[in-house]
Amino acid sequence: MTSGGEAAAPRAPRAWTVPLRKLAQANVAVVTLLSVVSALVLGAVLIIATTPAVLHAIGHIGSHPGRALGLTGAAVGDAYWAMFSGAIFSPSALGHVVSTGHGWVALFTPLSETLVSATPLVLAGLGVAIGFSTGVFNIGAQGQLIAGALAALYVGFEVQLPIGIHVPLVLLAGAAGGAAAGFVPGFLKARTGAHEVITTIMFNYVMLNLLDYLLSVSPFQQPGQSNAISRTMPATARLPHLFGSGLRANLGLLVALAAVAGAAWFTRRSTLGFSFRVIGLNPAAGKTAGIDARRVTVLVLVISGALAGLAGTASLAGTDFFLSSGYGGNIGFDAITVALLGRNRPVGVLFAGLLFGALDVGGRNMQAVTGIPLDLASVIQALIVMFVATPVLVREIFRLRGGGGGSSLQLATGGWGG
Amino acid sequence: MRLELAGITKRFGTLVANDHVSLTVEPGEIHCLLGENGAGKSTLMNVVFGMLRPDEGEVLVDGEVFRPSDSGEAVRRGIGMVHQHFMLVPLFTVAENVVLGFEPTRRTGILDRRRARSEIARLSEEFGLEVDPDATVESLPVGVQQRVEILKALHRDAQVLILDEPTAVLTPQEIESLFAIVRSLAASGRSVLFITHKLKEVMAVADRITVMRLGKVVGTTTPGESDEGGLASMMVGRTVELVVHKEPAQPGRPVLRLRNLTVADERGAVAVDGLEIDVHAGEILAVAGVQGNGQTELVEALTGLRPVVSGSIELDGTDMTGSSPEEMLRAGVAHVPEDRQRDGLVLAMSVEDNLVLDVYNRAPFARLGSRALDVVHANALEKLSAFDIRASSVESPVSALSGGNQQKVVVARELSREIKLLVASQPTRGLDVGSIEYVHRQIVAERDKGVAVVIVSSELDEVLALGDRIAVMFRGRIVGVVGPETGREAIGLMMAGSGAGAEDVGPVVPAGGRAPAGARAGRESS
Amino acid sequence: MRAVRATAGAEVAEATGAAEVRIVSGGRVRGMGVFLVLLAALAILGFVLRVPAKAHATFLLTAPPAISVAPLTMSVRWTAGVLAVLCGALGVLLVVRRQQRGAYLLFGLGFALFLWAFLVWAARGAQLNFVEMLVTTLISTTPLVFGALSGVMCERSGVINIAIEGQFLAGAFLGAMIGSVSGDLWLGMLAGAVAGGLFGWLLAFLALRYAVDQIIVGVVIVAFCTGLTNFLTEQVLTPDQTTLNSPQTFAPIAIPLFDKIPILGPVLFDENIFVYLAAILLVVVHVGLFRTRWGLRVRAVGEHPRAAETVGIHVLSVRYRNVILGGVIAGIGGASFTIGSVGEFSSEMTAGLGYVALAAMIFGRWRPFGALGASLLFGFSVSLQSFLAVLNVGIPSPFLAMAPYVITIAVVSGLVGRVRPPAADGAPYRRE
Repeated sequence: MTSGGEAAAPRAPRAWTVPLRKLAQANVAVVTLLSVVSALVLGAVLIIATTPAVLHAIGHIGSHPGRALGLTGAAVGDAYWAMFSGAIFSPSALGHVVSTGHGWVALFTPLSETLVSATPLVLAGLGVAIGFSTGVFNIGAQGQLIAGALAALYVGFEVQLPIGIHVPLVLLAGAAGGAAAGFVPGFLKARTGAHEVITTIMFNYVMLNLLDYLLSVSPFQQPGQSNAISRTMPATARLPHLFGSGLRANLGLLVALAAVAGAAWFTRRSTLGFSFRVIGLNPAAGKTAGIDARRVTVLVLVISGALAGLAGTASLAGTDFFLSSGYGGNIGFDAITVALLGRNRPVGVLFAGLLFGALDVGGRNMQAVTGIPLDLASVIQALIVMFVATPVLVREIFRLRGGGGGSSLQLATGGWGG
Repeated sequence: MRLELAGITKRFGTLVANDHVSLTVEPGEIHCLLGENGAGKSTLMNVVFGMLRPDEGEVLVDGEVFRPSDSGEAVRRGIGMVHQHFMLVPLFTVAENVVLGFEPTRRTGILDRRRARSEIARLSEEFGLEVDPDATVESLPVGVQQRVEILKALHRDAQVLILDEPTAVLTPQEIESLFAIVRSLAASGRSVLFITHKLKEVMAVADRITVMRLGKVVGTTTPGESDEGGLASMMVGRTVELVVHKEPAQPGRPVLRLRNLTVADERGAVAVDGLEIDVHAGEILAVAGVQGNGQTELVEALTGLRPVVSGSIELDGTDMTGSSPEEMLRAGVAHVPEDRQRDGLVLAMSVEDNLVLDVYNRAPFARLGSRALDVVHANALEKLSAFDIRASSVESPVSALSGGNQQKVVVARELSREIKLLVASQPTRGLDVGSIEYVHRQIVAERDKGVAVVIVSSELDEVLALGDRIAVMFRGRIVGVVGPETGREAIGLMMAGSGAGAEDVGPVVPAGGRAPAGARAGRESS
Repeated sequence: MRAVRATAGAEVAEATGAAEVRIVSGGRVRGMGVFLVLLAALAILGFVLRVPAKAHATFLLTAPPAISVAPLTMSVRWTAGVLAVLCGALGVLLVVRRQQRGAYLLFGLGFALFLWAFLVWAARGAQLNFVEMLVTTLISTTPLVFGALSGVMCERSGVINIAIEGQFLAGAFLGAMIGSVSGDLWLGMLAGAVAGGLFGWLLAFLALRYAVDQIIVGVVIVAFCTGLTNFLTEQVLTPDQTTLNSPQTFAPIAIPLFDKIPILGPVLFDENIFVYLAAILLVVVHVGLFRTRWGLRVRAVGEHPRAAETVGIHVLSVRYRNVILGGVIAGIGGASFTIGSVGEFSSEMTAGLGYVALAAMIFGRWRPFGALGASLLFGFSVSLQSFLAVLNVGIPSPFLAMAPYVITIAVVSGLVGRVRPPAADGAPYRRE
């Protein structure tokens, strides 16, 4: 480089801090779309490679080319069609509505399920994203989600209130539970420097075991049960359905949307969000300017945990109504990929969450219809994020010209930080 | 060995970093390459070392075209470089650093430390480069680290040695000793290319001088044919005023009182050792010293960034010991940090945001936790014109600004508050002459407004030009407080710890403020 | 010339002066001491005062094939009391001494004394087979050692490998499948190594060539490996479990004579090939890193890549090589889960141990033997958990299961604190 950086050498600014230019944005969209396509293609290869009948037919492609192509197409087509119709919309359900005038619920069930599945992903994803852009790597969404759900459940069955007060209280308790679980690693990092990647991962296991314990004792255990099953949420603590009792879409969705809007305001306009960004981009300069980096670290994990706690509450009070061992499944880890796919921007996280929710719901339908394991959906999700994180690779694969589409994804953390 | 650069051109986009640069270094010659920061010297060296490929022109070694694809090739061809930022692994020992890349090993692949040590001993003796091969590099003073860099090049049998700004961090005495080493290298028949922006050094050490400006060679001369003034105007392109204008100081009440101040460094070792001094309103106290003698820790303690182990910091009669950076800032301490890119700015953020980094949550820039972006914007526009900051827009990231303009952003921000004490560390490092003059004027203006000013600088010229009093630090203590009329040689000796009255200087407080005789100290551009 | 010599003298004084540092804050060492004193207090309260005077604990010290040794029967109150006092004394020593040197050793000793006291208390009125417990410890430790060594290989060259968990899964899966199909366990181990190496390569490819954030790549690789192995298990292994997912396991190899050594024999010299391999790799990586030309270059690349580049070391090649090798090591560690112990692959069977290995590497300060120490601590707490469950000490089993993770958190926040990773760890490298 030229000496002393005097010649205004332009440094590659981090992708999400640059003011959005329309062109670049368009390219990001193109790259994201191509990433989805590439991931689906690789998913198709996986289906083909693991379906013996198709492999057999391909082996005889010389003698029966039509059969080989047909079988291949059918295997992949059936799977993805089942995915689509399970997650978005099924023409046969439409046909039913058109011919009978009934069955509206069945028609909208796939979309409703996608929204239900996306809700916790969006909430937890926002939490992880806020951490990422502040240089804090919260892998503990899983544990924070459990903590939130436990707190919400406790307030749910322990307190008797009318629904209009009970539901907000349950949500508040969920957020507080998650926040408390986020506070511990935050405090440890601020006080002793213990790296949050390790402490939050370890906390996941602590919380999973704590859940197991609580599910086997009073007051959480369902009375009269010897299994590790919790008591259920009373009706007054359940999130009301949005579109009638037939569809499971519930108030949690609105909570998630409000969180997206709140996060957008928070990062762009709030003073606290500004201090988060400063610490994320350059902690040394932040400290010099009088920003308390330790306080920020704790607050980030508290807020991140609160959002994860809300995610757990939304599932618990929206659809599940009771807790069991290993509650939350992969939501905590999927939240990380959702945040990455959304490039840590609130609206990006919303769309990423919707996409992942659709893939999950569609994957379940695919498994039911074609017998292909729903884990294919997680493979596809991982591949999408991998491609999105490497826009240059996508451009090379598709021989796109020019720049744009964003630079390779870099977190604000830069290594172990310490 | 003869190193020849023939018509090197290197462009970065629209910027021409090197424009048909030609120069020749003969065997046994000390050739100085003189130019300001940003003149294109480093780009040129990166071309020689294969880090960059020239768009036009060739490098010739002993008349043969040489196109290295990486620095290893240049090293094998006998070209050695002593980098401005040392290319040493801090955690490695001297021996490990010297042999890295060319390691003697036993047949089993195990490192042969004994051979490494004996080799270093031989080279040390030959060129008078005294150093302990088993010391960890990070524990060594910079002057010694530089010897390790030179040893490294010699270990690879370098016939051409390039020294990039080698004196930036040395005491005057260390510089003298470096010159002696350089002369003995040239005497052994090696060619030396000495890159610098300091005129005094050029005059002292060069056989021949090539001056660069804005990527072009302006001319080649010898010390005998030119003088400092002539070289300066060649380098800058206009007549340079070598003086900082300032009236004698009018010191008022003591604003900063340090009593028995002790501060520890990262490892918990004493870095500032029982410091006692007063700084008065309307005076500039310049802290001189070789880097790493506690100046950084002192500044960090003054600004609340580093805890105080014992002793006290009193600001305008209030005890501020143990205050946070924010409390210091609100109490009226402005801080221009040593490394503006690391500590002063958030490079990826916009100019306007960087201008309110310290007051982003205060009225009028925020209300009820929400930022007033229009006020932030208006403030930036105002500061841009008031402080002559050149930026394409206040929304562009501050990383797009030149070093001088980045520093002006920091200065503008810090001077926008109501301040009592200004702490500036290396305020002009890496800046061009125009920006240096500007920053100096601002600092003097603050002093004249009645602000107490503490300047920390490892550039003796700057210390002499700005300081109303000069405190010399050595190993965490102030070894003496002198006036700017004191000679460079005397201050240099104090910087090495062997100065007059070292160890026993208590708080030296001039009663009523003496007007330093040498307040208009001569200063060449740096 | 005289002036020059005089200053050279002054500089030498300066050089030696830099070594004389006066330490004024030894907070961490003091913290360790206080921690030990607290442990001692806990031991006296819990294991001495609240125990009937007559209670005894018996440690069995023999397991086949070692020469048998008489069991050790101890009075709980007396033994725990003496141990607690010793532990407390060490704590006081740390507080008073305040020296960095040897502090970790003293702390480790004190902590071991506390654990011993705890074991004596836990085994009150019962028998505990101490040798079996050590054997279980070693078995739980082995995969962690592979994982941590993988991390050391990558991070010493400046690349964060958070994908160890994924490489474990890939190695475990392919190791089981190939071992099962071919009937050749060595082939299975090789397949595990290849699978791990493949994902090491992917990490290197994305992180080095495209400069994607290494933590992101790592997380994505874990997600991908988890999804893929789950998918393939359902889709491929489950329908044909007997041919595809029923490998043999490596039998223990007893080292003649050594395996007869009391206590240590069965623990160290009657293990399967993975344990021996881990031990060999440990030594090889340690010697390689700190004694050879290769290691010097790797560490230079991890600490100061630009400096390495200026002396002609190819930073990216070194990193590629190390990350792939790291993947291979993690893959072998993964294979140890299936063809080393369980004998079949099941979904997500590594249960986050890849992350634990990462923590062990950090706790071990990026050194192979440090990582071994941390892995042993974790392995011991896993083993403790299973033995305490049998002893029925009155602690609910979820809390016992939690113990290893809580200990890791306590250790990382209380003892390690702000660690010093290789200086260039995680930073993408671009030639300028």
